[in-house]
Amino acid sequence: MKAALISCLTLSSIAVQAASLSAPLEDIRAVNREGSGNEKATRAWQQLTQADPSTLPEVLAGMNGANPLAENWLRAAVGVIADQAILAKKLPIESVQAFLADTKNSSAPRVVAFDLIQRAQPELAEKITPSLLEDPSSELRRHPVSKLLHAGDEELAQGRKDEATNAYLKAMNSARDEDQIKDLAKKLKDLGKPVDLPKHFGFLMDWKLIAPFTNVERKGFDTEFPPEKEIKLDASYPGKNAEAKWIDFTSKDEYGQIDFNKPFTMLKEVTGYAYTEFDSVEARDAQIRLGCKDGWKVWLNGELLFARDEYHRGAKLDQYKLPVKLKKGKNSILVKCCQNEQTESWTVEWQFQLRVCDDTGTAILAKK
Amino acid sequence: MKPFFNLLSSLILLPSALLSAADWPQFRGPNASAVSTETKAPGPKLAAAWSIDLPGRGLSSPIVVGDKVFITCSSGPDQANLHVFCFSAADGKKLWERVMKATGRTMAHNKTSVAAPTPCSDGKRVFALYSSNDLFAFDLDGNLLWLRGLTYDYSNASNSLGMSSSPVVLDETLVVQSENDSESIAVGIDVVTGKNRWKKERPKAANWTSAVVYQNVVALQSSKGLTGVNPKTGEIEWDYTDGAGTIPSSAVTQNAIYVPSNGLTALAPERGAASQLWRAAGLKPGTGSPLVIGDSIYVLNGTGVLIKASIANGDEAWKLRLKGPLSGSPVAAGQYIYIVSERGDFQVIDTTAKEGEVIHTIELNDTLLCTPAISNGAIFVRSDKKLWKLQ
Repeated sequence: MKAALISCLTLSSIAVQAASLSAPLEDIRAVNREGSGNEKATRAWQQLTQADPSTLPEVLAGMNGANPLAENWLRAAVGVIADQAILAKKLPIESVQAFLADTKNSSAPRVVAFDLIQRAQPELAEKITPSLLEDPSSELRRHPVSKLLHAGDEELAQGRKDEATNAYLKAMNSARDEDQIKDLAKKLKDLGKPVDLPKHFGFLMDWKLIAPFTNVERKGFDTEFPPEKEIKLDASYPGKNAEAKWIDFTSKDEYGQIDFNKPFTMLKEVTGYAYTEFDSVEARDAQIRLGCKDGWKVWLNGELLFARDEYHRGAKLDQYKLPVKLKKGKNSILVKCCQNEQTESWTVEWQFQLRVCDDTGTAILAKK
Repeated sequence: MKPFFNLLSSLILLPSALLSAADWPQFRGPNASAVSTETKAPGPKLAAAWSIDLPGRGLSSPIVVGDKVFITCSSGPDQANLHVFCFSAADGKKLWERVMKATGRTMAHNKTSVAAPTPCSDGKRVFALYSSNDLFAFDLDGNLLWLRGLTYDYSNASNSLGMSSSPVVLDETLVVQSENDSESIAVGIDVVTGKNRWKKERPKAANWTSAVVYQNVVALQSSKGLTGVNPKTGEIEWDYTDGAGTIPSSAVTQNAIYVPSNGLTALAPERGAASQLWRAAGLKPGTGSPLVIGDSIYVLNGTGVLIKASIANGDEAWKLRLKGPLSGSPVAAGQYIYIVSERGDFQVIDTTAKEGEVIHTIELNDTLLCTPAISNGAIFVRSDKKLWKLQ
């Protein structure tokens, strides 16, 4: 009876705490652009940081589906509660671990949960790590991929090439971050197991290209040239000092660069377009990820996704992540790529790389 | 020596009543002048009092408010983990740390990092800005007051090489520059609510300079020149349009601004006009920004030569080659200028020596790109790995 009473009281206490947290969590989740909701969030944050450590999973759950600003408010609140809990050895490790294990929770709070476990019980984090190899969070995958990478290195140092290859292949299958993929691809290539990087990343390699339209005084960026009005792959148009017509282009670059300089030569103050179709197995959420150091615009199924008029400040894989909804079947992708007037050696590139993946960076491959 | 310090104090007004002369509340200290206003100068014979390991990269300067040192860094494969630390200035003990996540783009040139802008403080709050355009306001005890994601708000406000303009705070307004080739803006943000008081379009060109404060006006530098802005309203008070550097920032005193423009140009701005006092083509700052001590200006040129010149007319007095290469800006207290080279040579220069003289060097054995901070008779410098107190 006594145990039941204590249990009842505990449940009731949790219920009270839960009720008291729902309002501040709501206030924080309501924050948005340009400081909207900041005043309420400031008060709510103070309230949250006074919460008992046992409520940590609930605060973490508050991050589920929240916008990145609200995530940061809550990340900071979790940090404060956890600091005190770890100091007092009161971190509710089991419930934090259960939160991490539940992949229905969003990636961001699960990463925070893992960090808490690492801080409070590093040996437990080490034990959990191998189970994260196929995790939906690319950030959590880094840990087991890193372990496999090191394991492979050790096997190789002992001269066990087959074991090393197996470890690297297993790691490669799960790796989503460029630095780890690059490292693994090199090691596997050296071991005679080259990796199909375009497939691993989901780069689109086959395109139709058309150029050169003008970009004198960078005005081409805002000019609607014919490919923005119609896709007629057998058409030709007056271009800048030449006729512009569509040509086939297949990238041979293992990082999927679509290089306009190759077919059109190193032109300056020009605009080019690239067109392709992506046959999706199903209607689904996805991301189009682009790397480009020229001015660019991207359309999916005729809808402009994003436009950026920055030139030659640098490019990298996944420089821009554009959330999209793919239709089942054919999806048209049009990329505008503008080269400017600069003449320095580092302004030669007139190219982009584009891949289709999910929000963790896992390639989505087109139906063949 | 004391009258000399009094002269310095009279040149620079502290922007907030909550700050003391010993505080170093922003990039290049009080009013972004790079000159300490306190009477307790560090002097020449410095040695490391303590050092602390940092978990991430950064070339932001430390700032100091009271007995607390604040510093930012960024960690993780994409430098997306944004750290704010508060340490005890006395012994380097960690008082608090907050770790947030970048909501904007974290791409940056290898030589810089996401934690490039220096935080600033009004004496009550600390404002931490990153190249990703994430901005966090904390009280001095680490309580989060508000936050912004300026690239989340303005999606093309970013620079793929990284941004480094440090914010300044004046009249309850935090002034932030996010200037780049695409969506180039400056915003004045209410320090209490974190909401915009104003937002201005700025020249569409990459810009890594930081604002200075001159007679209660915030001077925003860009490739077009220097614009004096009322911090509370964003109204333009005066505008100098003869071009300016996009890396070294201006030097400021109570009576003039020295702009890296066509070499160096001295201005005496007042409402409606920015009249030119003089111009010296040979005084061209490299990466570091100039500073003024007494009646002299000190310019570090692109070849690592420190030049002393008159603030009356720009006439050169002496030139002194320093150990380089040099990325950070010099700072000063009393008669000494302090600067650290990229190779970790922390150099103390006696400006009163006939031809200037490096009188002390400390080898920190690390890559240092930062600008030092001065407070309470000590100097704070940082690398991608460590924070040092020199005393």
